[in-house]
Amino acid sequence: MNPLAAQPQQTPPTLRTRGGAPAVLTARAEPILWLTGAALTACLAMIGLLLGLIAWNGWITFWPRPVMRVQTPDGARMGEVTRQERYRPVTEAETVTNRLVRRRLLRTGNYELSGTHFHWISDEEIVPDSETHPEWAIVVERLAWGRFYGTPTEFRVENRPVAAEPAAVWNAFERYHSEVRARWRARRALEKDDIGHVNAALERERLRLREIELRAGPQSAPYREAAAHYAEIEQNLQKEFQRIRAEIESLDRENARFTIVLTTAEGRAQTLPLADIVRAYPANRLSFRDRVRIYLARWVEFLTDEPREANSEGGVWPAIFGTVVMTLLMALVVAPFGVLAALYLREYARAGPMVSAVRIAINNLAGVPSIVFGVFGLGFFSYTVGARIDQLFYAAKLPNPTFGTGGVLWASMTLALLTLPVVIVATEEALAAVPSSMREGSYACGASKWQTIRRIVLPRAMPGVMTGMILAMARGAGEVAPLMLVGAVKLAPELPVDKSFPFIHLERSFMHLGFHIYDLGFQSQNSEASKPMVFTTTLLLIAIILLLNLAGVRIRQRLRQKFVGSVF
Amino acid sequence: MQHSTPTQPLTPRAGEQRLGSRLAAIAAGQEFPTEVHPELARETISLAIENFSLFYGEKQALFHIAMGVPQGKVTALIGPSGCGKSTLLRSVNRINDLLDIVRTEGDIKLNGTSIYAPEVDVIELRKRMGMVFQKPNPFPMSIYENVIYPLRIDGETNKRVLDEICERSLRGAALWDEVKDRLHESALSLSGGQQQRLCIARAIAAEPEVLLMDEPCSALDPIATQHIENLIDDLRGSYTILMVTHNMQQAARISDYVAFLYLGRLLEYGPTTTIFQNPHVPDTLDYVTGRFG
Ligand SMILES: Nc1ncnc2c1ncn2[C@@H]1O[C@H](COP(=O)(O)OP(=O)(O)OP(=O)(O)O)[C@@H](O)[C@H]1O
Ligand SMILES: [Mg+2]
Repeated sequence: MNPLAAQPQQTPPTLRTRGGAPAVLTARAEPILWLTGAALTACLAMIGLLLGLIAWNGWITFWPRPVMRVQTPDGARMGEVTRQERYRPVTEAETVTNRLVRRRLLRTGNYELSGTHFHWISDEEIVPDSETHPEWAIVVERLAWGRFYGTPTEFRVENRPVAAEPAAVWNAFERYHSEVRARWRARRALEKDDIGHVNAALERERLRLREIELRAGPQSAPYREAAAHYAEIEQNLQKEFQRIRAEIESLDRENARFTIVLTTAEGRAQTLPLADIVRAYPANRLSFRDRVRIYLARWVEFLTDEPREANSEGGVWPAIFGTVVMTLLMALVVAPFGVLAALYLREYARAGPMVSAVRIAINNLAGVPSIVFGVFGLGFFSYTVGARIDQLFYAAKLPNPTFGTGGVLWASMTLALLTLPVVIVATEEALAAVPSSMREGSYACGASKWQTIRRIVLPRAMPGVMTGMILAMARGAGEVAPLMLVGAVKLAPELPVDKSFPFIHLERSFMHLGFHIYDLGFQSQNSEASKPMVFTTTLLLIAIILLLNLAGVRIRQRLRQKFVGSVF
Repeated sequence: MQHSTPTQPLTPRAGEQRLGSRLAAIAAGQEFPTEVHPELARETISLAIENFSLFYGEKQALFHIAMGVPQGKVTALIGPSGCGKSTLLRSVNRINDLLDIVRTEGDIKLNGTSIYAPEVDVIELRKRMGMVFQKPNPFPMSIYENVIYPLRIDGETNKRVLDEICERSLRGAALWDEVKDRLHESALSLSGGQQQRLCIARAIAAEPEVLLMDEPCSALDPIATQHIENLIDDLRGSYTILMVTHNMQQAARISDYVAFLYLGRLLEYGPTTTIFQNPHVPDTLDYVTGRFG
């Protein structure tokens, strides 16, 4: 017999369960093994399906697709196929048919002309053989009005046509577009940062004046002095403001010289200023590398830019930033409170019915619906504590609330309250797991209780505390309901941390990815266009939570190596 | 078993007992006074245990223990498992206080000052003693920090003083050469024997008056045990050492005095050679020669 052929029979499939020698699968298979295995498989499959669906839909959103043109009885349509389905058409002759017909959802854009972003195109209504992929179909992403689909027919500089052939027009566009965009970005920076600075300075002076007025009265000498000073400053700032405006206008004038004329599928010509165009590409002429470039550029825009078009286009940078800042702030608040509470419960409180009751209460706190915390946060933090802070420190600004409304600080504190039980329970467990031999060793050295806790027990329990923090951050970062009450908003162009004094603005409302998903999915007027963004944003939220957790796990690993180690 | 014939006991009553019968009598509830050998009267007593009893809740673990631990000598506590050796040792530095259920009677005096008087500051008291536990219990910090822990908690910050004490203690614990290049590595990376010597270094860092050791070698291999025994030998004279051991050879090798505990009672207490060769109570000989049980 051939020894090589015999070999496979000598190693039948084996199954390794815990320990023991490897055994043939059937030799070990008690029914319960199949049952537990099947349950685990089902769980994994569900999680895999969930993540897979989000990942797939999230990844493909930005991939540039070809542009299709069809002729229908209602006119010609041109756009990208976003999805397709089969349906049973209902005609006058037959009310119920058994035919299945395909229809495709075409993103046709050109909202200012057609009043809609999408068209359903049924295969039945297409004029035969009219489906083409025009070589020079251009997809234009704009600052406003959504996308535009058309073929280039003219490029103008100062109203004089400089190119008329599609290829020539496209060349001209590519030549001028980046410089126009650069000017546009400069203009936006001027408008946002410089004018923002001027406004902030003016507001500061106004508040200072108002404070003096509140303190000394409007007739007093100090007030009159301050008012004169204020008028002077205001004049200076006004001058500065005029200078910036003039600069902006000159940039705008320069940009307004360049326009491109596109002709829609129906033959209507539309003039688009170059400055309004974020990105444009000839969808049917792209090589694979071009597509990858556009895909990546869209991701970069998504991750770093501000949203436009009611959040359905542009980026989510403010939401990413808001989510991370809010979560970290929450961790910062919940960590000391949770650890101190757990310390008292485990180390100082005398075991008894009282402590047990407190423990049960804490555990149940974890089961309270999160919206309840939102209501509490709004009622207590914003309306009570915040209003009081406003009265004491921001009286000059009243009746405009500063802390007396939702904001990133109150949101973090609300979520800290929400995640407190997780941290307390994890910390208590970690404290209980510190070997008593270590405590005794410390006491035997003459350490006091607090010295023992601070130097021995807490460091040793730190990895366990980190576990609690990881769980808390995962829960906190994904929570949306309470945030809607305490400060997450649809659009907050001002980040909670920025370059203007005092740099950290904890009273500001903020954007949050979870809330952003909700807003895209349920509140958007252009729901078809925002649907893919829902998946992409969800993917991003998952990625961020994952990243925060990985950071936590790494810290925990470090702590573990440092403080726990192996005994022998 | 060359000591099969016990010498004439000092107390007349002990002679009336049959071999091994006193242990049975104690188990049956009878009480006997402790056999304290006269040699102890000539020693300076550092730690005086006076009529000390201890209760874990309802259960009494120590019964009227009275013994003086001599200054600068090594005193070994022996006895079968559960007889209260650890309890007695832990009573000396009041580590037992950490348990809510513990109640004590009588007193222990450290060089004349009462340990159990109500006005005593336990923390200050513990600083005058060092303790080494059965299982090495290094703290989760560097070797260096472990050794100087007693000084750190005392607020000592002078780096020169700390360095000096660290080196002196590690040398004292015969560990210096092995760790001098890795002082700032985690103490948990040391081997079991090294960890135990580290714990000894920690115990002697603050130059305590008394060193308490609870089976310091029970988790160690023979070589590490040899190290520790040599170490105890070196420490003899400068420290008053009270140690628990289950190893009779060890007790015979390194201790100056031996106290034999049984069921919470101190049965016999005397110089090591006498206890091992011709103790006054026959039962002690049974125990130390392994005929007990
Ligand atoms: N925390 C405690 N609670 C209640 N009883 C205890 C406690 N610790 C010890 N005991 C009891 O006190 C008695 C003496 O225990 P101890 O630990 O002092 O014995 P030991 O002589 O050190 O024994 P071993 O040689 O096994 O270490 C034992 O009967 C034990 O069950
Ligand atoms: Mg013991």
